[in-house]
Amino acid sequence: MSRAEPAGMSGAAPAAARRLWGLSLFRSEVTTVFRRWRTLALLGVLAAVPVLVGIAVKIETGDGGSVGHGDGSGPAFISQVTNNGLFLVFTSLASTLPFFLPMAIGVIAGDSIAGEAGAGTLRYLLVAPAGRTRLLLAKFTATVAFCCVATLVVAASALAVGALLFPLGEVTLISGTTVSFTDGLLRTLLIAGVVALSLTGIVALGLFVSTLTNSGIAAMATTVGLLITVQILDQFPQLSAIQPYLFPHYWLSFADLLRDPVYWDQLLRNLGLQALYVAVFGSAAWARFTTKDITV
Amino acid sequence: MEEQAAAGGPVIETRALTKRYGGGQLAVDGLDLVVPRGSVFGFLGPNGSGKTTTIRMLMGLIEPTSGTARVLGEDMPRAGRSVLPRVGALIEGPAPYGFLSGRDNLVRFDAADPTADPRTRAARVGHALERVGLTSAAGKKARAYSLGMKQRLGLAAVLLQPRELLVLDEPTNGLDPQGMREIRSLVRGLAAEGTTVFLSSHLLDEIEQVCTHAAVMAHGRLLTQGPVDELASSARGRLAVTTPDTAEAVRVLKEHGVNDLTVNDERVTGELPAGPAVELADLNAALVHARVRVRAFGTERASLEDAFVALTGEGFDVAG
Repeated sequence: MSRAEPAGMSGAAPAAARRLWGLSLFRSEVTTVFRRWRTLALLGVLAAVPVLVGIAVKIETGDGGSVGHGDGSGPAFISQVTNNGLFLVFTSLASTLPFFLPMAIGVIAGDSIAGEAGAGTLRYLLVAPAGRTRLLLAKFTATVAFCCVATLVVAASALAVGALLFPLGEVTLISGTTVSFTDGLLRTLLIAGVVALSLTGIVALGLFVSTLTNSGIAAMATTVGLLITVQILDQFPQLSAIQPYLFPHYWLSFADLLRDPVYWDQLLRNLGLQALYVAVFGSAAWARFTTKDITV
Repeated sequence: MEEQAAAGGPVIETRALTKRYGGGQLAVDGLDLVVPRGSVFGFLGPNGSGKTTTIRMLMGLIEPTSGTARVLGEDMPRAGRSVLPRVGALIEGPAPYGFLSGRDNLVRFDAADPTADPRTRAARVGHALERVGLTSAAGKKARAYSLGMKQRLGLAAVLLQPRELLVLDEPTNGLDPQGMREIRSLVRGLAAEGTTVFLSSHLLDEIEQVCTHAAVMAHGRLLTQGPVDELASSARGRLAVTTPDTAEAVRVLKEHGVNDLTVNDERVTGELPAGPAVELADLNAALVHARVRVRAFGTERASLEDAFVALTGEGFDVAG
């Protein structure tokens, strides 16, 4: 068999086809993430949250009482769930967004580079050659894909449970206006998109942490630890000066999509802040990863 | 043949390649390595001698502190994108994804190569598995593989594409004798096709069996490099005399400056004195003159191990 033959073949392939081959790594990255039991377990936990919330609300209101004894305590929108199952989606997203969702993202993002380094597979990917920038982009893309899937899993599970346990129908928005169920469903989809985008900041942060160590566990723990620290800092009124720069600060602004007209100010600030985090920590991760000696 | 092959330049060429790690520790010190095209090049050295650091610099995993490394005629790590697809590497043992099957591991590593055609991927993966004898275990999760099977899987990844250069770091590690033989014949077969093989090993007889060229490293420095025959002959051979009169033979040989004499049954062996002063015929005449009955007389060819011990002043088994 001649060695020159396949090289000649690849040389003959049109440039467009060869550019397409470069995308193989992105596909491989996404399928690899979703074929791990760990990923499926995380998604399972996320899917279970709306089930638990739905059943709890159902039991508590079974005797005709209202949720949270009518004093407005509990997660956002929970008092509306009994009237409209669609609100279980908003309640579930509001209750998983502060910790469950970002923790799952922290696990995937933290493990992305450090886990490959720890397992030794990183050196084989790099000599394949995956290319450091390309590999980092593929890792970022796969983790963002996980953000979308995780958010959709919560939303879909909540929608299913909500439809099963509660009536569905026209949606009364926060501003008091009533919109059709279809309009409500569209807004739900938009909200899921905003929630997924809200998580891109922690994706970049986790990716950066992941380039600093060769231990996947250490990177996951650090990322999740940072999340918890930042969430706590966001609670102190004394720190109000720095709070607008903390990545979770505007997370719950997705509720503004349930106003008519939509109140964009905080939503846009949230997306801008996430873009800032992606730019800053993405660059830091790139600078670190492209110059790092791979000794494992 | 390809252009590079026609050009015939060395496949690997380093100039004063140096790596100093953060702690100030000098891992590789001014390495000038030349690997000729078409050779099976043995890279020898005790553990901690800088072999792996060198290999990682050649593969662009580690940035050299100073000096240059050219692989397939291009500078590493800068030209990694064009060089590495033509290089197959097995570095410091296999590292498969435990949660993927053997076949899916190969698919993943192939997908990482931007020059690999996805349309032929399945066929190439199947062929590579067949070549290392893993076809029947291809569907099993890699975490269930034995070390030998993981080693074969690593080799299969190397064989996914036709390569100009194979860099194999301890490729027979963890294999049983049968597996070692298979890998060696695989390496010979690849070399016969014209692929240059850069093989690091701590098994000297392995290097001697398959390599045409070798280099020896110790403490981050290159002690010697060249064709295996020349390296082995550079070490002085041992004189061997078979005689029933061993005591008398030892006395005569000692008088003529032969060192390190040992007697084993009717066999006397010793190290010839340095310099060209001793003529073997004179030694033989002296023995006969002293009425030693000589049944056989000659020098034993020096092995690579003798050359290695002479160079490093230490045994080779520093493993562990």
